[in-house]
Amino acid sequence: MKIMTCPLNGPRNIQEFQCGGPVKAMPGAQDSDTAWADYVFLDENPRGFVREWWCHLPSSYWFIAERDTATDAILKTYPASELFAPEKTVGGSQ
Amino acid sequence: MPFGLLKYGLSKEYPARRQFPASSEMKDRYDVVIIGGGGHGLAAAYYLAKVHGITDVAVLEKGWLASGNTARNTAIVRSNYLTPEGVHFYDESVKLFEDLSNEFDFNILYSKRGHLTLAHTDAALRTARWRAEVNKHLGVRSRLIYPDEIAEICPQLNMSRDVRLPILGALYHEPGAIARHDGVAWGYARGAFERGVHIHQQTEVTGIETDNGKVSAVQTNRGRIKCGQVIQAVAGMSSEVARLAGFKLPIRSIPLQACVSEPVKRFLDPIVVSGSLHVYVSQSSRGELVMGGSVDPYTLYQARSTLDFKEGLMGHLLELFPFLSQMKVLRQWGGVADMTPDFAPVMGETPVKNYWIDAGWGTWGFKATPVCGKRMAETVASGKVPELLQPFALDRFDRFEQLGEKGAASVGH
Repeated sequence: MKIMTCPLNGPRNIQEFQCGGPVKAMPGAQDSDTAWADYVFLDENPRGFVREWWCHLPSSYWFIAERDTATDAILKTYPASELFAPEKTVGGSQ
Repeated sequence: MPFGLLKYGLSKEYPARRQFPASSEMKDRYDVVIIGGGGHGLAAAYYLAKVHGITDVAVLEKGWLASGNTARNTAIVRSNYLTPEGVHFYDESVKLFEDLSNEFDFNILYSKRGHLTLAHTDAALRTARWRAEVNKHLGVRSRLIYPDEIAEICPQLNMSRDVRLPILGALYHEPGAIARHDGVAWGYARGAFERGVHIHQQTEVTGIETDNGKVSAVQTNRGRIKCGQVIQAVAGMSSEVARLAGFKLPIRSIPLQACVSEPVKRFLDPIVVSGSLHVYVSQSSRGELVMGGSVDPYTLYQARSTLDFKEGLMGHLLELFPFLSQMKVLRQWGGVADMTPDFAPVMGETPVKNYWIDAGWGTWGFKATPVCGKRMAETVASGKVPELLQPFALDRFDRFEQLGEKGAASVGH
């Protein structure tokens, strides 16, 4: 069993979590179709360090996790508020 | 007679045939460089030499031949897809597969078994009927069958209605087959080598040089190679190699795990797949049950195997075949799959000129080996993407024209 530490619920079985994909900036409504296609479909998909959105499903709590995709190590998990100023998270950067 | 066989084996009159040399001299320029010595890359090299007479070709493989996903898949061949684009493409592949042993003069152990996709819900039944009708319309033998006939085709299945998910029907695809995956790669490698293609193992690409937006050379751990054209066929590392060439792909690398049981006497003819139960199983010619499920839940560049996967898979498998509860698992492994947002591959042009991509094969790459190799070779030889490959272009995502090929994977993801 692989354990992930939820910032809200503590260490839990990773099966309780859902990965929400890499943290990246969302284009604005005025931006081009290409910018949106890039945001929606294309991925850096690196072998190594990634910063991602994760959700603890039973508590529906979204947070940030940093992982190494080469070693399957979970480096760090923390609340999204550490990455985004509160006013920016309104409406969701997710 | 065992002694007769031994005598034959040791006789000087019948020396063992060396398929291709372990290594060969590397030139400093090739017309075509193929990155990736798996089934797809070797098939492209083979058809380039055989069909188009282009033999100044090098296949670069960072490990040993066919050691990536070619060796890690579960070797199922079928064409019962959902979209017309997918059906046309894989149907051509099945037809090529059927004749490969003859063509290679090398037995790839192609074995036509029939392929059952079980439906446990009304929704699954509806999709099965949809797929059957699309297939029939395009001349592919698939049909919807019901429990009576399923029990005739596969009497080992637990057809009881007193289970969590009773079997309501199935999509039966008669041409469904299995083959020896290593054999396919070796056959292509030998055929390509005999026609003058250079195969370089232990040769890792570390950089890609461009000149005016056109590929000009690749750097490797054994030196620099100038080249006219490049095919990238590196399932599992597609994003990393594309980054060397300077573009992004619509791919996430996610492990897919599989395992085999101890070998037993042949009892299971068809390939059995259940989308709702996330399991597929077939019995290989060695008697091992080859089993797999859905992909892992998050991205990872690691081919490790987990207990979570095996627990889930076995729980589901035992619902279909309760009598297997005493069977032992013999081997387990994983492979890194290129998952695309629409479950369809990416083939053809890239932002770099003369640099062709063959990626995004997720969990369905083996069955496309012959057709993909043949058509990628055609692409390189003519400089034009054939009609059959055009729906799979990389820029379909910029045009928001995804393929939605949910039939691509045997089980839901």
